[in-house]
Amino acid sequence: MKVEGKQRLWNEYQKDIADDHYYFARSCIRQNFFPGSEIAFLRILKDYLKKDVFDDSHQTTCTGIAYHSALIPFETTRAVVARQFSLMNQAGYENFVPSCVTSFGVYSEVIETWHHFPETLAQARQQLHEATGRDFSFPENLVHTSDIIYKHRMEIARQSRYRLINHYTGEPLKVVEHIGCHYAKMFPKKGVGGAEFPSVLSGMIEAWGGAVIDYPERRHCCGFGFRNYIIKENRGYSLSNSKLKFDSMEPYKPDFIVANCPGCTYFLDRWQYVIAETTGKTYGAEGYGIPVLTYEEMAGLVLGLDPWDLGMQLHQVSVESLLDKMSIQYDPTKKHSGYMNENIGIPEKPDFLKI
Amino acid sequence: MGLIELLKKDVRFQEGLTACINCGTCTAICPAAHFYNYDPRIIADTVQRGNEADILALLESDTIWYCGECLSCKTRCPRNNTPGYIVQALRNLSQELGCFTKSERGRQQLDVKRIIGENMIKYGYCVYLDEIDLDGHPEQGPVWQWYKDNADSILKRLGANYHGNGPGTMRKISEDDMSELNRIFEVTGAMKRFDDIERFCEKK
Repeated sequence: MKVEGKQRLWNEYQKDIADDHYYFARSCIRQNFFPGSEIAFLRILKDYLKKDVFDDSHQTTCTGIAYHSALIPFETTRAVVARQFSLMNQAGYENFVPSCVTSFGVYSEVIETWHHFPETLAQARQQLHEATGRDFSFPENLVHTSDIIYKHRMEIARQSRYRLINHYTGEPLKVVEHIGCHYAKMFPKKGVGGAEFPSVLSGMIEAWGGAVIDYPERRHCCGFGFRNYIIKENRGYSLSNSKLKFDSMEPYKPDFIVANCPGCTYFLDRWQYVIAETTGKTYGAEGYGIPVLTYEEMAGLVLGLDPWDLGMQLHQVSVESLLDKMSIQYDPTKKHSGYMNENIGIPEKPDFLKI
Repeated sequence: MGLIELLKKDVRFQEGLTACINCGTCTAICPAAHFYNYDPRIIADTVQRGNEADILALLESDTIWYCGECLSCKTRCPRNNTPGYIVQALRNLSQELGCFTKSERGRQQLDVKRIIGENMIKYGYCVYLDEIDLDGHPEQGPVWQWYKDNADSILKRLGANYHGNGPGTMRKISEDDMSELNRIFEVTGAMKRFDDIERFCEKK
């Protein structure tokens, strides 16, 4: 009976994820900081999973960063979301898939608001029409890009060339998974596994052979904090919250970190560099950092994509320790090549953090 | 109309405050409370009591600008309050009334407007590579300088469409689409908010 009860509870936190025909919505942060990851998402869906995914040239920002920095009114965000849905309608799709966790939270919040306050839906329709002449209908299915990779994780496992196994020891790689706050903390039933036990990343890790680390600050925010990062003087907030997590995960000796939110991936990478340069403290072995991956980078490595085609040379914490543990064949001389093998030099080395 | 009545008109406030029992769960889970002298429980309690002078003090304070809007409080509150939503409503009202210029943290909205607001108007995105340099963002590290110095070549190698027309990573947003975005900003009050921030800060 206990098992049945748990299964029943668990079923409440399953989510309906469309199987095909996705309308992809780009992320402001991700395309700048991890440009290879959005490209890899589309490539994995089209080339490996044989899915139909539409990359629309007409979208704009969802305004999420501005909204959560109190820069624009909520009604502006609602009307911009309405336009994005209108573009999806125009393209003939029903399954809306934002690439950013902040965006996923914004779209979920706007839809919830329209349900709870119908007058705001009428207002959004009126404002969108006045501004653009457009109308819109709701998506049939709204999920985050990480949900799509989670849904198809077993097919990715079937096509895998590499596993999340430490080639030197034969043991599963130890992985820290970090879920962006706006994936499920706002609306737990919109995330696979809810807010307390989200399985969107742990499901991928386990399907591909790795082991998930459970550490005390596992669910703590990375520390983005929107205006707490955007304003230089406030950035200690962001750094301190990431440091809290690093200190908490360090005793478990993670082989790598994977996150499903663009901001989190960036902060967990860059704040390791800042901590190393300002204090000499590093969290990986022998003066290196802990590699921080997007879930497409993790999936791409498992599928055998070249790490430099995935854009992993744009991380400040080097990823070679992980590539070596996975026994991935890569050409170190190609890491810093430009287009058509153009010689574009190499980045300067940090003073303390080994790369 | 009193401040509490103005707050009650905001859907974020209506959803954010149901009935606070002052348990402090929100403060225990709050990343901002880890870092600042900040207590979301007190904010919820202050607006629940509805004292106009106390609410005005909040609107003019640094306090309402500390929240990181992670919304961890929404998950954990046992009474379905969301202090983060209450803060959103307070921040909006503070800017509508010009109270934000009374606090150092509030005045930072001018920088937020000139960074994120102007990015949106110029590029259609909140963030864009061309505007981020190591002076403003030393935490980006040397890899960012290398990326920025060689952006055309690196992004082309990765298959992006940097500054290009049509779909793809880092694409340019067309004038027609930018025009629709800007019209939405005008119709829904974002442009007025931008102007208000500049005007109130100019006065200050």
